[in-house]
Amino acid sequence: MAQIFHHSTNTFARITIFGAVFILAFLGWAFDTLNRSAYSTRATQPREQPVPFSHAHHVGAIGIDCRYCHTTVETSGFANIPPTKTCMNCHSQIWLTSPTLEPVRASFRTGESIRWTRVNDLPDFVYFNHSIHVNKGVGCESCHGRVDQMPLTWQENSLQMEWCLNCHRNPEKYVRPREFITKMGYQPDGDQDTIGRQLVKEYGIQDARTLTSCSICHR
Amino acid sequence: MRTNFLFGAVVLVLASGVACRQDMHDQPKYIPLRPTDFFADGRSERQLIDGTVARGHLNDDAVYFDGKTADGKAVEQFPFPVTKDVILRGQTRYNVYCAPCHDRLGEGNGMVVRRGYRHPPSYHIGRLRQAADGYIFDVITNGFGAMPDYAAQIPVRDRWTIVAYVRALQLSHNASVNDVPADARGQLDHPTPVPGGEK
Ligand code: HEC
Ligand code: HEC
Ligand code: HEC
Ligand code: HEC
Ligand code: HEC
Ligand code: HEC
Repeated sequence: MAQIFHHSTNTFARITIFGAVFILAFLGWAFDTLNRSAYSTRATQPREQPVPFSHAHHVGAIGIDCRYCHTTVETSGFANIPPTKTCMNCHSQIWLTSPTLEPVRASFRTGESIRWTRVNDLPDFVYFNHSIHVNKGVGCESCHGRVDQMPLTWQENSLQMEWCLNCHRNPEKYVRPREFITKMGYQPDGDQDTIGRQLVKEYGIQDARTLTSCSICHR
Repeated sequence: MRTNFLFGAVVLVLASGVACRQDMHDQPKYIPLRPTDFFADGRSERQLIDGTVARGHLNDDAVYFDGKTADGKAVEQFPFPVTKDVILRGQTRYNVYCAPCHDRLGEGNGMVVRRGYRHPPSYHIGRLRQAADGYIFDVITNGFGAMPDYAAQIPVRDRWTIVAYVRALQLSHNASVNDVPADARGQLDHPTPVPGGEK
């Protein structure tokens, strides 16, 4: 029987066998990059909200502290989204006629909640708690970025496990004195490494082995 | 052999499909503020029915919880001892909740006032210097005129610490050299700016 493939087609065979390694590696790389990209984690994408609430106005321009609205951030796992009453503390007197604030006034009149769109959302199988971080000197900025410059709120970091672990392994790179937790644009007063190590000791932050054990976050 | 291979491929494809399910990401449980279809108003967090009292929250100590004595007068005395820690705590709370309007010194020129909110009186006028502790507590708890109430945002104890800090502010504005401890008077000649003063 005559040969189906000529001798010369061996080249193709070699190329495909050799190339497969690269193609597989490329697919792996592409998948990994896509998975970590802002496209799939939705980081840095501003979300549409029923009221275009701007942290840049309220925090950046007027200088209101985060805790004025996110009242429970120091005492509970949940940071709290302010109720309409909190907005009306000021907006019962200023920007009274602004049409952008109509949903807020309507909510105050009727008692219906404003339905904010969630921005940061961990999967439900992850346990997260604000109070422990805030009380051990991890500032809002370390996780949420420069909120005071956000006209509409976005998620700053990937919120993937890798990101949490990166800090849990080296908290000294991020911790700051407690009085600065809500400060935006914090600059350490000296060398972060020295200050960080000192604070880790002072606040009794546990070692990396404990903080990276699975049951800390998956409980 | 060939069927085995096909079977394996099908299993693989199915398995990769399973990994895309989001059941464990979005579990049917209520985390804070998650909406629900079950109640007409869409809230999974239910408000207390009028008249219910949670265990340990009877709050019948009128002096502590209302700042009033039995006959309804504002209390003159603090319900707990004022230590340095209390005042420092009050300082942080004051700067968060009051400074947007009353500014950090208590003059009433906060940022929100500069944007058109009604101008509050300075804390340093005679009437407010003479006001009872319980009166300031009552203003925070129930509001006063154009000022909103802060009962929902500030827990009771923190309200008292704020009262202590307002008292400290008032003292600081009417202090004389004699109020400064003798060994610290030397520093008065080199005034350093107050950290965290007016921004
Ligand atoms: C005047 C009230 C107010 C102040 C002050 C304020 N916030 Fe907010 N914050 C809101 C409201 C309302 C929302 C919900 C709408 C949105 O996501 O933009 C929100 C949302 C957020 C979110 C996203 C929540 C989510 O859905 O994941 C973060 C993070 C946040 N705030 C952080 C901060 C930080 C950090 C500060 C201080 C620098 C701050 N906020 C100060 C009112 C406030
Ligand atoms: C402490 C006072 C204060 C509180 C509380 C507050 N705001 Fe404001 N808000 C202001 C001021 C002052 C401005 C004007 C900002 C400026 O001039 O830069 C403003 C502006 C706005 C605007 C822009 C209005 C327009 O027509 O452009 C929106 C929207 C708004 N606020 C929404 C909210 C919402 C929603 C809340 C509740 C979560 C809230 N604010 C709570 C003080 C406040
Ligand atoms: C260690 C990182 C970290 C720090 C520090 C941190 N946050 Fe968050 N924050 C998160 C994560 C993660 C979520 C999403 C939580 C979830 O989905 O359950 C979140 C969610 C929020 C939300 C939405 C409501 C909620 O609790 O889910 C608000 C509001 C918020 N943060 C405000 C703040 C403020 C204000 C501070 C500073 C006082 C702060 N955060 C500090 C990581 C952090
Ligand atoms: C910027 C630093 C930082 C980031 C980012 C961070 N953490 Fe933490 N986390 C800390 C520090 C510091 C502590 C305090 C540890 C201690 O008390 O020993 C802590 C403590 C915790 C604890 C409590 C530990 C205990 O002892 O029970 C949990 C749960 C936790 N983190 C979950 C998370 C999750 C989930 C994420 C990611 C979404 C995250 N953290 C991201 C710094 C961080
Ligand atoms: C510091 C907190 C933290 C610790 C410690 C931690 N995880 Fe995670 N883990 C997370 C977060 C946050 C996610 C969600 C990531 C995302 O949404 O992409 C996650 C996701 C996962 C997932 C992926 C689930 C899925 O369907 O995507 C697995 C599997 C997992 N963790 C296993 C582990 C194991 C095993 C350990 C111990 C070696 C561990 N985790 C320790 C925070 C943590
Ligand atoms: C949104 C702006 C605003 C905030 C925030 C605010 N106040 Fe006021 N406050 C006012 C205004 C306006 C008045 C004047 C009310 C009037 O005369 O109708 C006032 C008046 C007062 C008075 C004087 C009452 C009298 O008898 O004249 C006291 C005391 C006071 N506030 C304490 C506080 C304390 C303590 C806080 C913090 C917990 C606070 N305020 C937060 C706006 C504010």
